[in-house]
Amino acid sequence: MTHRTDAAAPPTETGAQIVAIAARADMAAFEALFKDFSPRVRAYLLKLTRDGQAAEDLMQETMLAIWRKAGQFDPERGQASAWIFTIARNIWIDAWRKQKRPAFDPDDPALVPPAEPGAPDLLERKQSGAALHEALKTLPQEQVELIRLSFFDEDSHSTIAARTGLPIGTVKSRIRLAFGRLRAALEELK
Amino acid sequence: MTIHHHLNDDLLLDYAAGTLSEGWSLAVACHLAMCPQCRDQLALAEATGGALLEELAPVEGPADSWEALKTRLAAAPQDKAAPVARPASATIPEPLRSYLGGDLDTIKWRNLGNAKQVLIKTGDPTTQARLLCIAAGKPVPEHSHGGRELTVVLKGSFHDEVDRFGPGDIEDADGSLTHQPVADKDQDCICLAITDAPLKFSSRLVRLVQPILGI
Repeated sequence: MTHRTDAAAPPTETGAQIVAIAARADMAAFEALFKDFSPRVRAYLLKLTRDGQAAEDLMQETMLAIWRKAGQFDPERGQASAWIFTIARNIWIDAWRKQKRPAFDPDDPALVPPAEPGAPDLLERKQSGAALHEALKTLPQEQVELIRLSFFDEDSHSTIAARTGLPIGTVKSRIRLAFGRLRAALEELK
Repeated sequence: MTIHHHLNDDLLLDYAAGTLSEGWSLAVACHLAMCPQCRDQLALAEATGGALLEELAPVEGPADSWEALKTRLAAAPQDKAAPVARPASATIPEPLRSYLGGDLDTIKWRNLGNAKQVLIKTGDPTTQARLLCIAAGKPVPEHSHGGRELTVVLKGSFHDEVDRFGPGDIEDADGSLTHQPVADKDQDCICLAITDAPLKFSSRLVRLVQPILGI
């Protein structure tokens, strides 16, 4: 069987595929999504686990979860790639690290709602995949690498500290700086 | 509610990346429940995770990867939206309310003098979580931290050498800070505190009773 192997970002129709999976258990849409995303989800999990078999197993669990939870995806509220990322991340925490990840409940009566319900719209446009890819391109390579390590290394602070010989506190402030730069780059794009 | 003390970016990124352990994550999640602004920042961090995932070089798996998954799909029905029972109103937000087994009115406090507390069980052996209630206008004994302390105010407010902290505010204190939190006079202050080392009290007397009181 063939997979996409070009390094270009997967197509933007991912959101529509997830909606089709939820609406009618659309197997063709799911197969297309699998071909686009499974090699990258596998790559992500391989980075975190450094274990090929584990990466394959956890990727399969992630894809099963995408199939099962497709109805929870709301294309109005976020990027499909962000949603897939959080599912893979949660599977990794739960099945590999055997830990819990406490999270807020969006429908909790004690949750404090946003003051201006209209505001997230602007934020979403800025967080569109295209805007993020573009903003990442404007950052110095070293800063992108710091952000990448924050997401793709189980203990990024120690790893970076060991590699660069910098104290952990300095590493943390550099990661903060890098993420601040990304935020500023997104502001400039709008 | 106006929040003045937000999540800093390394807590935010560690939480978004999934590398933050359960105890600290509990404090982060409570702040997020009370802070729409930081929820937006979390969405941005997770969108960044998604964008970086898309940019990863693909890694091919076994040739039968898709066939193997398809076989499992037959036995994996899609989740139907199951109704979740939620109270009409609550003071303590999720996920903390579930950790405590109920809202504020069900808590069995343990008296510590100017304050009362309840220890919270988590699966994280590297941290200790506790809910604290500091009596209105009263101080907790001055202390420094052997490690880090994250404090999220749920109700009322306190002030210390750093600033004033009101509902939703999070204070991130490291080993270098010696402070004496004092609850503001108008009401008791209830907060969630996460630590990774025993607090170091300045008073010898307090140090003496520390193990007995479990603080």
